[in-house]
Amino acid sequence: MHLGVSESMRECEYSQISTRSSTPMETPYKKRTSRKRKWESFPGRSKFYCDGRIMMARQTGVFCLTLVLILVTSGLFFTFDCPFLALQLTTAIPVIGGVLFLFVLGTLLRTSFSDPGVLPRATPDEAADLERQIDVANGSTGYRPPPRTKEVVINGQTVKLKYCFTCKIFRPPRASHCSLCDNCVERFDHHCPWVGNCVGRRNYRFFYMFILSLSFLTIFIFAFVITHIILRSHRNGFLNALKDSPASVLEVVVCFFSVWSIVGLSGFHTYLISSNQTTNEDIKGSWSSKRGKDNYNPYSHGNIFTNCCSALCGPLPPSLIDRRGFIQSDTLQLAPPTNGITMYGATQSQQSHMVSETGSESVTKTSAFRAPNSFCRLPPPLSSSSRPVNQSF
Amino acid sequence: MATEFHNLQELRHSASLETKVFIQRDYTEGTVCRFQTKFPSELDNRIERTLLEETVKTLNSYYVEAEKIGGQSYLEGCLACATAYIIFLCMETRYEKVLRKISGYIQEQNEKIYAPRGLLLTDPIERGMRVVSFTVLSVQLEISIFEDQGSGTSSPSSSSMSSTGSAR
Repeated sequence: MHLGVSESMRECEYSQISTRSSTPMETPYKKRTSRKRKWESFPGRSKFYCDGRIMMARQTGVFCLTLVLILVTSGLFFTFDCPFLALQLTTAIPVIGGVLFLFVLGTLLRTSFSDPGVLPRATPDEAADLERQIDVANGSTGYRPPPRTKEVVINGQTVKLKYCFTCKIFRPPRASHCSLCDNCVERFDHHCPWVGNCVGRRNYRFFYMFILSLSFLTIFIFAFVITHIILRSHRNGFLNALKDSPASVLEVVVCFFSVWSIVGLSGFHTYLISSNQTTNEDIKGSWSSKRGKDNYNPYSHGNIFTNCCSALCGPLPPSLIDRRGFIQSDTLQLAPPTNGITMYGATQSQQSHMVSETGSESVTKTSAFRAPNSFCRLPPPLSSSSRPVNQSF
Repeated sequence: MATEFHNLQELRHSASLETKVFIQRDYTEGTVCRFQTKFPSELDNRIERTLLEETVKTLNSYYVEAEKIGGQSYLEGCLACATAYIIFLCMETRYEKVLRKISGYIQEQNEKIYAPRGLLLTDPIERGMRVVSFTVLSVQLEISIFEDQGSGTSSPSSSSMSSTGSAR
């Protein structure tokens, strides 16, 4: 190999091979023209808009339907019913309706666009450390190690913490992995297609305010459209009233079918908030007394008022994923050697932030050292900024 | 060429001497942010137990303060709800204020206690509040190898090495 190479190299120019970059011909002094933000190499399936300011699920079709329904129904109400009602009854009706409408829109957009409480995936160092601890705890690893769980006692209740194979962390209590968004979310409630996002710790209060205000708005529009039709039919008869304002018919139909589900949902979530449970826990019956005599919810504060206040007025934690931060791309990166020797969990990343770029590389490279169970999950796709690691000496 | 290639492998291996020690979350009090005060055995001869426990306890108390449900948080929550949460665009929440205090505290601890002992404490917020990580600092080797391609002589490639003590 060497003889053949040296002959052809006589024609080539003198060039420096640096171990700092993964492509051998790249000079270390080459400046990056554009810095990437962290959302651009986010490993989950979430979509980002407005340069990382907005975060939503992948499928947003149903969210658009929600938006259209609300805008169209409210628009028709303000255009066709409000003038009549303002004249006949009081101008407070369009004012209150307007305030409600703006509140509904604000809380909907807040719910849909904010980070629900996504837990960032573990850095390779952390993942390696956890794997080592699990291997030590399990003893000798057979071909299939047992499922990874940790038990912890919270307020006298034993809670099982599961290991997430995708995110490589032990999920905190009440966290769950959303398969649609491919993220672990703290205090995971449910994935709502109507808002186009998961509902979790950081946006649950916005979601609750949204459905509550939407129930009021739906009932408000329904009631006043009916009033409008009744008042008109006193004057002109029922059929003429319907002919004069056909939009009202559409509004009544939409509101009639929505009110049951939305009011029902608000009632359900009011119950969940007052007992400090998530939809996930309620569906699974985690704290139901049917499971056992001593089964109770360890997170409840004891009384309804405190539970409600902590869910709605508690402190709002910041986002953990720092979507608009810049990836530190000019730190020392050790290029893995080509003869197949890989270093277990070793990357020279300064901060975990840049691991999102290189982490995907090192995850696949250290796969030889991973427990067989972790092969079940597909490795995250390599980000576009990661360069091929083929080197030739 | 083969010998130099072999040396490069060895140098690469020895260049990654830094180790990281992690302190995991303690969930015995629920979902509140709290870190285990158990002393990790890897740091036995690096730092005194009391100093590390003191740091972790102070961090825990900061997080308790950030997540406290009381008068001020209720006021903040009600005000935010009344303004349809628009106020969050202009105002910094109490949690964010406490996080700034925490990062100042960690910087101070690093300067006074951990850097002199060859350790670096990383702010948990940079690790998604999963762990408090300690990086054991070590000497890093930077290797630049200049391959002689066009001279036509049979001299082997020269290599230059520089060693830097770096905080990573």
